[in-house]
Amino acid sequence: MRRKSILFLSMALVVAMLFTACSTTTSKEGKKILRSNNSSEPGTLDPALAQGTHESWVLENVFEGLMTFDEKGELVKGMAEDYKISDDGLTYTFTIRDGAKWSNGDPVTAEDFEFTWKRALDPEMAANYATILYYIKGGEAYNTGKGSRDDVQVKALDERTLEVTLEFPTAYFLELTAFYTYFPVNKKVVESNPDWAKKPDTHISNGPFKLVKWDHNAKLVLEKNDLYYNAKKIKLDGIDLDIIEDQNTAWQKYDGGEYDLLTDLPTSVVNQLQTEGNKELSIGAQVGTYYYNINPDVKPLNNAKVRKSLSMALDRETIVKDITQGGQMAAEGVVPYGLMDEKGKEFREGAGNLIEYNPEKAKGLLEEGLKEEGMTIQDFNNANIVLLYNTSESHKKIAQAAQEMWRTNLGVEIGLENVEFQVKLDREQSGDYDISRAGWIGDFMDPMTMIELWWSDSAFNDAKYNNPKYDKLLLEAKTTMDQKVRMGNFREAEKMLMEDMPVIPVYFYTQPYVQKSNVEGIVKVPIRYPVITYADIK
Amino acid sequence: MGKYILKRLAMTIVTIWAIITITFVLMHSVPGNPFANENKNIPEVVYQNLMKKYGLDKPLSEQYGIYLKNIARGNFGESMKSNVETVNEMIARGFPVSASLGAQALLIALIFGPALGAIAALHQNKVPDYISMIISIIGVSVPSFVMGSFLIQFVARNVGWIPIGGWGEWRHTILPSIALALMPLAEMSRLMRSSMLEVMGQDYIKTAKSKGLSNTIVILKHAVRNAILPIVSMLGTTVSNLLVGSFVIEKIFGIPGLGMFFTNSIYNRDYTLIMGVTVFYAVILIIMLLIVDIAYMLIDPKIRLTEEGH
Repeated sequence: MRRKSILFLSMALVVAMLFTACSTTTSKEGKKILRSNNSSEPGTLDPALAQGTHESWVLENVFEGLMTFDEKGELVKGMAEDYKISDDGLTYTFTIRDGAKWSNGDPVTAEDFEFTWKRALDPEMAANYATILYYIKGGEAYNTGKGSRDDVQVKALDERTLEVTLEFPTAYFLELTAFYTYFPVNKKVVESNPDWAKKPDTHISNGPFKLVKWDHNAKLVLEKNDLYYNAKKIKLDGIDLDIIEDQNTAWQKYDGGEYDLLTDLPTSVVNQLQTEGNKELSIGAQVGTYYYNINPDVKPLNNAKVRKSLSMALDRETIVKDITQGGQMAAEGVVPYGLMDEKGKEFREGAGNLIEYNPEKAKGLLEEGLKEEGMTIQDFNNANIVLLYNTSESHKKIAQAAQEMWRTNLGVEIGLENVEFQVKLDREQSGDYDISRAGWIGDFMDPMTMIELWWSDSAFNDAKYNNPKYDKLLLEAKTTMDQKVRMGNFREAEKMLMEDMPVIPVYFYTQPYVQKSNVEGIVKVPIRYPVITYADIK
Repeated sequence: MGKYILKRLAMTIVTIWAIITITFVLMHSVPGNPFANENKNIPEVVYQNLMKKYGLDKPLSEQYGIYLKNIARGNFGESMKSNVETVNEMIARGFPVSASLGAQALLIALIFGPALGAIAALHQNKVPDYISMIISIIGVSVPSFVMGSFLIQFVARNVGWIPIGGWGEWRHTILPSIALALMPLAEMSRLMRSSMLEVMGQDYIKTAKSKGLSNTIVILKHAVRNAILPIVSMLGTTVSNLLVGSFVIEKIFGIPGLGMFFTNSIYNRDYTLIMGVTVFYAVILIIMLLIVDIAYMLIDPKIRLTEEGH
């Protein structure tokens, strides 16, 4: 009797499991749903408050700015039907697209944009990314409490005309309007419900998709927005994004066929796929540079020759080939690949490789530099110079390689110290370090996004680089629309920077991603995650 | 008994106050702030605005006072990293997930752990003992992230209806429950084995046997009931650990539970969330320990909590 009941129970269990298995395979038939993973839980889906790729990948599919990126990855008109730029490059007049609608049916108006930008600049909002709106005249003053909301020079002239006046003639302003902080929000919705962005049913957006489900830390579901003006161009019916932080688990899910596309891959996987020449892998371009900050207040690192010798002794090819192994490129300066110059060609190619690997020369430079400081190699080693990095397996491997290269090529001993990320930031800001690991991912596709980091007043200038000539070149580049002058200045500035070497660039980031062979229409814009908006599943 | 529970409750409040105070002080003495981002530092003005928004610009003593006042009302405050949920909402959402997973794991551990230990003890130095030993050693010594990855690689990837990770259906809970159960299962089985061996050597077992009672009755009625006491006393911490979730297991399997908050909140310096989960965990732990003490009293007639000077 007992045995029988156990048998019955186990049979029932098996049947139940079979049912669950069936239900999942049939539920999505007939609909084109792209399945992928968003690497961590968005802290917000309000464009004004967003601050990273874990938010922007979703936002870029549910919202659209005045300009947007099309299926070829080119910057095209989005919510703007047309725009005019005044001769001095300071005033932009946008005409909002006729028939552009919010997902609740409201028309998208110029007033929505005015409201959105002023809202993001409101000091009360304390938006992390408000600085990217400082290009608008009066924006910085308002955000820092020195000016008023009314002095922010963005104005809805009528329902469909938006006029913006800039602080400087910013050559890349059109592209900025495709950045998520510039995405519009629905004024009516936001004013009537401050918590609108917290729940899918009140989350009103204007992009190709809309948010329909958000299980925190588990899943995001986007559905095609039929009210989107260009809906016929969108082939997917929806996008399912899991929220799984563990890269290996996400990779297993992709490999096991549960995802159609995946980015943020484990390094070992990228290396393996690359070695076997796997066609599902693409090494996407990314605007970002991995570098070491050098503290100019530490002797003998105050000497440019010493800093240059440290840079020259690093064999970057070996670092990217044998250590990082994620398809990264050896740094040739601070400006990575993917940014164009005045002729529409790679800025990097025009500027050339400014970084040399030459152990012999490095050794000579070090001796010269040390002599100028009245020091010997022995003194250098007694100074106990330490390379600081935040605890992570990959940073550690790179630091160990650098340590070894400095030891064999220069005969200097540099210690390693790893601390938690927050502690590293704290110590960098208070100048309590010798050499520290850092990285920067650009926000827009202009060399300015990298070059301006070492502006003497920049909040991000941890190496405390201060060169009036450099600042002058930057200021000139900021105040002109003449691309020839701008790019010429950037090239000169970067050269200057690599002469003084306040930071040692190590490699340029890339963004590897995989997609199944039946997925089409994915484009990679260097400053964005792979664009899945126009994807199709065959 | 009532007096005892009242006394314990009073102690609980003092303990929780101490935990709040110590965590508060430690948390604020660690370098870093909640508003730093992976590769963007924020400008000073925005930083000041953020500090003001979350009340971090006030002196620490004042912040502490405000915090105590809020927590007395059961309000853990706003998360400094999430603009979407408050700390109360995060706990209310994460705890049921972790707790249901923990309950399943506990069930597995409770069914197999003591049984395995008892069988091992009854067949000391024979094959069942060795098998139980091997299982226990694996359970105790293989770290959960290895076990989790192993289960994904070899079970989920080969068994079609078991998903690789994620959350939503019952199927998603199978592997993480097993991975979570292994450690307590192994501990329970080792504990059960040694206490069972000890009990089996006692005079009263010999007496029972000599009275002519059947082996089954001797084992179930006399041996197991006494031998299980150490396991009951370890249940307090085990249950509370299982209920609040495991960081490693939740991360590997992509489970939206509470476990992840413990580590992530500290990494992010999300002060309110750190306090929230710490206090919550403390409360759960204290309640569990209290329940265990009461259960102990009911199972073991030798302990009388009301007569203190026994």
